[in-house]
Amino acid sequence: MSNKEKHWEKTKGLMITTLIIWFIFGYLIFMFGSSLNQGSFLGYPLAYYMCAQGSIIAFVVLIFWFANKQEGIDEEFGFVERGEDE
Amino acid sequence: MFKGNFVQNLPKIYGTYTGGFLVFILLMAIAESAGMTAKTIGILFVAFTVCIYAFIGYLSRTVQVDAYYVAGRQVPTVFNGMATAADWMSGASFVAMAGGIYFGGYTYMAFLVGWTGGYVLVASLLAPYLRKFGCYTVPDFIGTRYGGNLARFCAVAVLTLASFTYVTAQINATGTIASRALGIPFELGVWVGLISILLCSMLGGMRAVTWTQVAQYIVLIIAYLIPIFWISNKGGFGIFPHLMLGEEVSRLSELEAQFGLVKNSAADIKAAGVPGGLKSIAVAHSAVPEGGMAAWKFISLALCMMVGTASLPHILMRYFTTPSIKAARKSVAWSLFFIALLYTSAPMLATLSKLSLMDPSLATGIIGKPIADVMQIEWVSQWTNVKQAFIADFNGDGILQLNEWFMRGDVVVLSTPEVAGLPYVISGLVAAGGMAAAMSTADGLILAIANALSHDIYYKIIDPKADVRKRLLVARALLIVIGAAGAYIASMRITSILGAVAWAFDFAMSGLFFPLILGVWWKRATREGAIAGMIAGLASGTAYLIWVYPKFMGNPVWLGIDHLRFGIIGASVCLVVMVVVSLMTKEPDSATQKMVDDVRVPSGKTILGKQH
Repeated sequence: MSNKEKHWEKTKGLMITTLIIWFIFGYLIFMFGSSLNQGSFLGYPLAYYMCAQGSIIAFVVLIFWFANKQEGIDEEFGFVERGEDE
Repeated sequence: MFKGNFVQNLPKIYGTYTGGFLVFILLMAIAESAGMTAKTIGILFVAFTVCIYAFIGYLSRTVQVDAYYVAGRQVPTVFNGMATAADWMSGASFVAMAGGIYFGGYTYMAFLVGWTGGYVLVASLLAPYLRKFGCYTVPDFIGTRYGGNLARFCAVAVLTLASFTYVTAQINATGTIASRALGIPFELGVWVGLISILLCSMLGGMRAVTWTQVAQYIVLIIAYLIPIFWISNKGGFGIFPHLMLGEEVSRLSELEAQFGLVKNSAADIKAAGVPGGLKSIAVAHSAVPEGGMAAWKFISLALCMMVGTASLPHILMRYFTTPSIKAARKSVAWSLFFIALLYTSAPMLATLSKLSLMDPSLATGIIGKPIADVMQIEWVSQWTNVKQAFIADFNGDGILQLNEWFMRGDVVVLSTPEVAGLPYVISGLVAAGGMAAAMSTADGLILAIANALSHDIYYKIIDPKADVRKRLLVARALLIVIGAAGAYIASMRITSILGAVAWAFDFAMSGLFFPLILGVWWKRATREGAIAGMIAGLASGTAYLIWVYPKFMGNPVWLGIDHLRFGIIGASVCLVVMVVVSLMTKEPDSATQKMVDDVRVPSGKTILGKQH
């Protein structure tokens, strides 16, 4: 496998991991909304909390994490931008 | 000021601007206590902020193509995040979202999840690759990746339909706010709003829109957060509302049980003469409705909004303006951070506002009190006079029940400062914030449409030899034409704000989502496949909308997929058709395959030149 292909394999892997986490916070937990709401966090019913704040915060953290990971992958395979087009 | 190391000076410039705005608020507060009328304060707030945006728009004027289309690709990560957040949060987010939660509770909050989760798709599937491509517009990517004018044309058609659906709602919102703050008729307010919008974008295109959007974000976030913190502290609900309103949410459930959530029959509402568009509280605030169908409705709505987010060109094109691919990815994260500041606050505002109204132990509570007394309250009489609120004594006992109080959703944000008894200066601030939110989104949308028409249709298809001066002239002329068309439709008041906004997401996902992501992630995707997918997706989605929407054909919905979710049909058809047709046609040539390979690595030159 060439360097480019290996880079793309890892990039794809990261994309899939990211989307799995996205699926959990965006959909999976809300499939069980009524049982989730039995629990509570900071005094809020849990399902209510997750859509008011929890999932949104999870998405923000997820994207920052993803961006850092991808930068790591780009560095590992030597595809860092040199700013040729700036 | 806008020369030389302008980019390095940005924090200082916007820091000064923020300080200046806070001083302005203080001055207005002093003027209010000195006896200035509420009306004058409202006018000053809107006029002052709009003049500043117009001034920034004038300073950012340009005669260069890459500055006009992609702000010269030098917008720093964090600032692009703020600009995207303003671009994203529309009049609907600012004015209608808290109201939606107020009346729709947990069920409505699927919009919150949907309008934020889409950014994960933008960051991981699209933004960095489109930035590497170096395109000016979204159809520019489709046209180059798949080749040929037809593919480009189809992309422009989807973009125009989706963005135009969205923009009329925004111009409508600017019109509503301008007419209320300036005391002019709505029809005139729409045109005043349009002129303010064009002042920001006409001279400098994307560059001007970027720098005004940053300024608008600062105004709108201040205007949204100050009232929430103020009410929360004034009422003793908690110093930091986001962390401390758990008790209030449970208190709302108690009150709901005490008063009872009664859904009024359509006949009762009609007999009492409740004005159209007004609602009563009939849905639980935090309880989750039971059953698989309710869960499916929640996640299907979130799905449509997320996929729609990742297909809306006015958002995607913001990431063409960053200096690098790395910056594009980080910028998506910052965008969502700035969006989250407002979105996580909306449920808090709805909670506080609802509690102020419902709790009989609070001085502001009106439910359970004699109607004659309630009508004496200043804000009640003011909003009922303009038919934005209404009291119908169904059981004739002279006491206001929960199901007898009607209000328009938009009024929740606009009236909360008065309901909670804050000084008028806060209401003026909220009007300025709503105006900023609606203007910034309208600017982004009008620019997306005008740029696609001027770059992709006029320059790429009709007259590829046109010089820079002529191209920018056409771009600006189109900006005016599209804005005027949007304002004209808005002034006819056809749809409610929210219906139209959700439709834009469904249109975009029906036609653009799969052609965009498969263009990067599937080398085998062919031109024929993409064209067939775009046409079939858009056509089937639109046909389904017409089939189920009550005001069109009104047929029974299939599997809970109603008119807010028709993108599920469109996008699925688009995917199937695109894959089948791609596999049936000849694999893309080696030049195209190499292009896709190059898009996938961040290093090296962009696919399209710096100026094209």
